[in-house]
Amino acid sequence: MKRFLLFLSDYGMLVVLLVLCAVFSILTLEKQNATGADGAASLAVQINAEFEKDDPIFIAAGTSPDDAAFVDKLEEALAESGFTNVKSAAGSPPKVKTALRELENEPRGIAMSPSTSGWKIWGDLPNVRRLSPSEGFWPVFLNQQNLLSIASQISVIAIMAIGMTLVIITAGIDLSVGSLLAFTSVATAWCIEYLGAENAGVSGMIVGSLLGIFAGGLWGLFSGGMITAFRLPPFIVTLSVMLMASGLAYVWSNGTSIHDLPESYIWLGRGFVFGIPTSLILMIVLYIAAHLMMSRTALGRYIYAVGGNPEAARLSGVPVRRVLIVVYTLCGLLAGLAGVVTTSKLEAGSPTFGDLKELMVIAAVVVGGTSIAGGSGRIFGTLIGAFIISVIQTGLNLMGVTQYWQTFVLGAVILIAVLLDRMKHHLLNPNRLS
Amino acid sequence: MAWLELSQITKSFPGVLAVDDVSISVERGECLALMGENGAGKSTLIKILAGAIQPDRGEILIEGQHVQFTDPMAAQQSGIGVVYQEFNLIPDLTIRDNLFLGRDLTNRVGWLRQKEETNLAREVLEKVGLSGISLDTVCRRLNVAQQQLVEIARAFVADAKLIVMDEPTAALTNRETERLFSLVDELKTQGIAVIYISHRLEEIERVADRVAVLRDGTLVAEDNIADMNRAALIEHMVGRKMNSEFPEREDSELGKVALETINLTRGRKVREVSFSLHAGEILGLTGLVGAGRTESARLIFGADHPDSGTIELHGESIRFSSPRQAIRKGICLLTEDRKQQGLILEHSILDNFGLPNLGDFSKGPFLDVRREAVAFDQLADKIGVRESARQQIAGTLSGGNQQKVVLAKWLQRNADVLIFDEPTRGIDVGAKFEIYKLINDLAAQGKAILFISSELPETLGMCDRILVMREGEIAGEINDPKSASQVDIMKLAVHDPTLSNR
Repeated sequence: MKRFLLFLSDYGMLVVLLVLCAVFSILTLEKQNATGADGAASLAVQINAEFEKDDPIFIAAGTSPDDAAFVDKLEEALAESGFTNVKSAAGSPPKVKTALRELENEPRGIAMSPSTSGWKIWGDLPNVRRLSPSEGFWPVFLNQQNLLSIASQISVIAIMAIGMTLVIITAGIDLSVGSLLAFTSVATAWCIEYLGAENAGVSGMIVGSLLGIFAGGLWGLFSGGMITAFRLPPFIVTLSVMLMASGLAYVWSNGTSIHDLPESYIWLGRGFVFGIPTSLILMIVLYIAAHLMMSRTALGRYIYAVGGNPEAARLSGVPVRRVLIVVYTLCGLLAGLAGVVTTSKLEAGSPTFGDLKELMVIAAVVVGGTSIAGGSGRIFGTLIGAFIISVIQTGLNLMGVTQYWQTFVLGAVILIAVLLDRMKHHLLNPNRLS
Repeated sequence: MAWLELSQITKSFPGVLAVDDVSISVERGECLALMGENGAGKSTLIKILAGAIQPDRGEILIEGQHVQFTDPMAAQQSGIGVVYQEFNLIPDLTIRDNLFLGRDLTNRVGWLRQKEETNLAREVLEKVGLSGISLDTVCRRLNVAQQQLVEIARAFVADAKLIVMDEPTAALTNRETERLFSLVDELKTQGIAVIYISHRLEEIERVADRVAVLRDGTLVAEDNIADMNRAALIEHMVGRKMNSEFPEREDSELGKVALETINLTRGRKVREVSFSLHAGEILGLTGLVGAGRTESARLIFGADHPDSGTIELHGESIRFSSPRQAIRKGICLLTEDRKQQGLILEHSILDNFGLPNLGDFSKGPFLDVRREAVAFDQLADKIGVRESARQQIAGTLSGGNQQKVVLAKWLQRNADVLIFDEPTRGIDVGAKFEIYKLINDLAAQGKAILFISSELPETLGMCDRILVMREGEIAGEINDPKSASQVDIMKLAVHDPTLSNR
């Protein structure tokens, strides 16, 4: 029991994530027809069994690429099995109806693509056997398309959330990450434009991206420096940096976005490696690296110590100021990297890209179980937190919940996550002194 | 009839009987001095009077009427005003706002009756001798003496009949002190009762009519000041029960000087402190709370920076900008406040143990967690912590075990100079003995040890030599603790030049 609770305390949010996925899967469970070539293949088998080889067969389809594939595949399959009298029509309902009327002899069977099976034109053909691909149940939520969209949506927020986790573990906060994302996206796009715009080479793109990331790091270094040198509250310093960086991004870009980027630049944000989105791979690599840093290096221990009790840490020989500067710089670098990924994904640099991103990032960290009071938190918890937020958003989208309600639900989820965390602490340490 | 009478007050906290069956009384226009060593029970008694805590047993009578203070407000309304050592003024509010905080004069709809407030404020400030200052001055701008007067004035706003002053002269200059004394005289003629807490004998002789001495929570003496001589007072204050035994220690040769400070000074807290500490020596540093012991240790450890003076380590002059450097050079400080400064309470024992030692456990960029655990296990055996407790959260341990974790963390450093600041505070007798033994072992290994303690029996029992601090200075040295007594130390701690003559 105790071990189970301990497991929950570390990765309880994982359970929440799985439950959410299950709920959305059930709620989005829909009748789904096999479409395109797959549907055609199964239908061909059925036709083979039910009709003679010389029966006239009519194939009806709509205008989508899926339907085109349906027609092609079915014609090919029926020809292979020896059907001789096969006609087809693809297009809008009137067009298909006209094609049907113009046939020399009324068909014995009509093969309908899934999209056409609901059409009203079939009503006046009582003697004709109509077939369409068999139906099955499958949650829309778990479609490959949807899962990929969750994954690619999440990478930008999740990458920034690594830096934010470090900052929050030191009992600080960084409000500037959204602005730094916007700033670096402008910086990167501007650099690449300068180095050749649409015709920039690979080296130009790399240099532009690195400069952008570097700029993010410099802002982080500045925040960390101000916080440690003058003992200013992180909230105030990063609020100032948020406004300064955002302002400069608008000044630099004249308030418009920079679009003149090479076509190939989207590789990072929208490309694939071995069928996996590049940005997702980047995110996973960063999470593994951050996890190793926090659990297996002296710096990681120092970060936890500074957040747990800065005075005790200092008196134990922890270089508190240096640790804080490193943490804010890392946070800036990661926000810069997120900016570069965003630029690549949207093929543009714009001062508006970062709007409200910092709040989403903080939400991911908090939902992931990192305490705002500092001293505790897990890197992979943050990843789970980011997933939870993304899953809720896409799940609600699929169910047709409006954006306004989504915002409300998101707020409620953050509150519930923090409450759960509180209760968990009570459960584990019922007689803690503090 | 006495204005205030405390009758058989008893208060215990888990493990400590803080105040045991104490009965004292104060009359109108009288100043009662309350004396006692650190931890004698003065603070607890004051908190009971102020309504901050409730006694387990006993009665409080005001003008013969039984009263019960459920909260500080109730005590104030009964006419008791307390001026704590740490002021309770809100620094960013004006004098006027501070005076009326929590008892604003308002009309029926809640508007402040500013004119009445101003008049009353002028009146009370004049009473305490703080006229001629604008009521709109922000309290942050006042000096310590002025802030103290505002605190006293606050008590008048609440119409106090008894004013308690806790170490009121600790931060005052001589002239300010003299002015405070005349104010106390003035209060007495107005019929106000005063309870005056101080360690300083000369002050007490100056202002008090009667004196009560607490020791280990009990009232050991109460008499008119005229009938009490200084030597007797000191005798009453010391002589706390010996509740610890000390492990045997072999006589060993002292090594070379390991640490030497020359005229170390920081503000008023540490003034021209010079001493030398030898390898293999346990040097005691004692004195009353606030005498500058901890502050001196922090200077040596690089946690604070001296205004002037030098520190020499093995004959080499050093200047640390951070504790990190001191630790690297082989100095450790076991802090007085275990929970706030010694441990990270939410983290595991092993994490706390490793913190200053991570450099030793690194392999390339990564930590060798196995080696860290093995090192802990070896020490755990020696200091008597269960190895299986490694992952336990430090905050859940008993005081003794927490202290052992702090010890383990510093032992692993294998430092040459170890400073122990109140190493046995809040620890049970059994664990105390083990810690004494460990410290003796370290000395036998040739480590230089600075042993800071408020407990006189412990200081006498453990140390080769004892330095006594008073008001930031080293007041004296006891070279042979074996033949010295607690009275000898206390004389130096509350020292005044006339003492030996009386």
